[in-house]
Amino acid sequence: MEIRPILSTLLRHKTTAFLLIVQIALTCAIVCNAVFLIHQRLQRMDIPSGIAEHQLLQIQFAYVGDRPDAYAQAQADLATLRQIAGVQAVALANQLPLSGYAMSNSGIKLRPNQQHDSLEVASYYGQNLLATLGVRLLAGRDFRSGELLDYKAVMPALHTNDMTHLPHAVIVSQAVAARLWPGQDALGKTIYVGNDIPLQVIGVSGPLARPDDLQNGPQYSIVYPIRLTATEGGSYVIRTAARDRKQVLKAALVALQRLDPNRIVLEKRTYDEVRQSFFGGDRAMAGMLAGVIAAMLAITALGIAGLASFWVAQRRRTIGIRRALGATRGDILRYFQTENFLLATLGIALGMGLAYGVNLLLMQHYELPRMPSIYLPAGAIALWMIGQLAVLVPALRAAAVPPVVATRAS
Amino acid sequence: MFGYYLDLALHSLVRNKALTALMVAAIALGIGASMTTLTVLHVLSGNPLPDASSTLYAPQLDPRDMQGYQPRAEPPDQVTWIDGMNLLQAKRADHQALMTGGSVAIQPAQSALDPFYEPARYTTADFFPMFRVPFRYGHAWGASEDAASAAVAVISSRLNDRLFGGRDSRGRMLRVDGHALRIIGVLGDWRPDPHFYDLNVKNYGSHEGVYLPLSTSQDLHLAHLGGADCWGNGGADATPAAPCVWLQFWVQLHTQAQVAAYRQFLVHYSEEQESLGRFQRPPNVRLRDLMQWLDYRQVVPGDVQLQTWLALGFLLVCLVNTVGLMLAKFLRRAPELGVRRALGASRRALFVQLLVESGVVGLAGGLGGLLLACLGLWLVRRQPADYAPLAHLDGAMLLLTFLLAVGASLLAGVLPAWRACRVSPGLQLKGH
Repeated sequence: MEIRPILSTLLRHKTTAFLLIVQIALTCAIVCNAVFLIHQRLQRMDIPSGIAEHQLLQIQFAYVGDRPDAYAQAQADLATLRQIAGVQAVALANQLPLSGYAMSNSGIKLRPNQQHDSLEVASYYGQNLLATLGVRLLAGRDFRSGELLDYKAVMPALHTNDMTHLPHAVIVSQAVAARLWPGQDALGKTIYVGNDIPLQVIGVSGPLARPDDLQNGPQYSIVYPIRLTATEGGSYVIRTAARDRKQVLKAALVALQRLDPNRIVLEKRTYDEVRQSFFGGDRAMAGMLAGVIAAMLAITALGIAGLASFWVAQRRRTIGIRRALGATRGDILRYFQTENFLLATLGIALGMGLAYGVNLLLMQHYELPRMPSIYLPAGAIALWMIGQLAVLVPALRAAAVPPVVATRAS
Repeated sequence: MFGYYLDLALHSLVRNKALTALMVAAIALGIGASMTTLTVLHVLSGNPLPDASSTLYAPQLDPRDMQGYQPRAEPPDQVTWIDGMNLLQAKRADHQALMTGGSVAIQPAQSALDPFYEPARYTTADFFPMFRVPFRYGHAWGASEDAASAAVAVISSRLNDRLFGGRDSRGRMLRVDGHALRIIGVLGDWRPDPHFYDLNVKNYGSHEGVYLPLSTSQDLHLAHLGGADCWGNGGADATPAAPCVWLQFWVQLHTQAQVAAYRQFLVHYSEEQESLGRFQRPPNVRLRDLMQWLDYRQVVPGDVQLQTWLALGFLLVCLVNTVGLMLAKFLRRAPELGVRRALGASRRALFVQLLVESGVVGLAGGLGGLLLACLGLWLVRRQPADYAPLAHLDGAMLLLTFLLAVGASLLAGVLPAWRACRVSPGLQLKGH
């Protein structure tokens, strides 16, 4: 196909052609970045929690007034829950992965008297925690029951550095081990927390996501051998078969309420709901972005179609003359398709530069990573296709112009 | 003349329905998307206390030890109990209040209501005059109640409606975590958003139901809610002795001289604490006013800003689209315009006529955009975010919608109209 006549025609419609190129460029830039943003969100929503999500339930209570017998109460509650039909394991945890509320974090040091922390991690603790959550132990062992300390004894000991009431062992996640001791065995190593309290690594666990602050390393977490109660903010975690969840949750609430009616339910949910609500904002953002992309592509396609129809209407006489001089319908069709391809290519070339610029701005202001270059060819192909589709109907109408038009006065 | 142009515009618009519909739809979508996000941004970055915000300041000190010290780093956002009390008692500002968030179990007297948790604020007396808190019944407590750890409470009108059916509840008892507090006041309508005085709880839509003296909350060991940042042997304690920051301190200063003097006072105080051995870092103070504070704490979520930029980009695409279509439409009418020129219409008249036409398109697009913005805001309100319930269109934004729509479409019409009215009167006639 001869390109020169197309170019000379376009040069006579400089302004409209330029506007179309600008529109394609803007669309290309915004759509590329928006798709990248969606991909980021989906990736974030895909973070493994490391726990048996489909088999877990969370119940959280608050008590009215002080409870001196909280530890006895917690043991009674756990025993009661264990007896419910279908319950496989129960735990009382200070916080849970992806629950959106971080109760405890620790700064870890590799040497005493170190000026800055080596790593900031989420601190998990609770009774029978790893087994109930279904966290895999990759090396070492779980805590022995004799190693567990009560939270109410640990807190004052923290202020006085009373080592007899402080934990000595810790289980770190694989991500922490790999970050602190790359290529080495983490078992037996010592870390320091708070005022240089030494802790020996006795186990390395598989993934265990943070409750919150995923940008600080989604899998940086450690587990302490500490017991706590519901009055100290603990949640009951129940493991059961996925199909039994609804009835186990109902039975657990009834049993616990019967044991002590003087409590207020703060949370009662399956773990699927926990994840659902944690990523609710990301899902909404991704949906919104997808909507804007669709609307933007639709507007651009309609704009291309609108302008093309205008051009076809304007060039009816010329088309007729060409037909009379022997051009086939296919030639006319190809003419408009090629014209659109040229415009789209110019727009896409401009749009890629713009997309890159927008990505730089986003990196600067919203801490986004660099957009992988694969988005640019993908965006280009999408816009080429949309352009060709949009111009098809007007081009077909142009091809249908009979040669006889040439003989008529305009 | 305007009426005639309007008539011409409507005729012309009806003549090419598809193209007109396309332009109106493009403007409507662009305006709808931008107004939705701009409204959310407007609500979220609003001034929670327009009357007093320029006189309210959040002092910051650095009481931490040398562990992890970096020169010129920001001091903590909150204060320790000791510093808070010292600054409160120094009374160097016109008003000052020390406070923290809490969560209390309310046990209603009526057995029909189950006990429930209510967000609370433990604060000192100046909170109410300083933040211009209106009262429906009664009044706040004073300095003497603070000093005596009086068992008194002020409740929000929402809680008053729930517990007492909206009646004047002064003198009634409120059972809080097993303790009895005497209600001395009920707040009027007061819901500052963002929740500027304590951004550790929730930035938006967190409204306390119970207010009581800070000293009382300590005596009764009521639960603390919000962040506590500790160092050294701190753990995660929110107690008077712990080396932790967990309280918010606000002062009211009316003149720039007072502000400068207060900043100086904070430096002196830090030096004094350093010489006493309590502070270890060199004096590092900040004194931000309310709006600077909101900016510093970045209360407006990044997602909302991102959405706004995205929507404005979308509006730009829609406008470029409209300019192209309008240009096509106007140029197509060159013969008609040529005839009008030949019959004596000035270029100016043609230009105005075409602009009226684009204005009509803009108005129609604005109307559509308004409907879309309402739909968009309804969708935003269904989102799982703290700020979601706040997303409503107000009068100012309604006006802005139309101004933006008409302004944008007039702007889009300028180039096509200018190009179109340059037709020469004779040339177009010849061809026919």
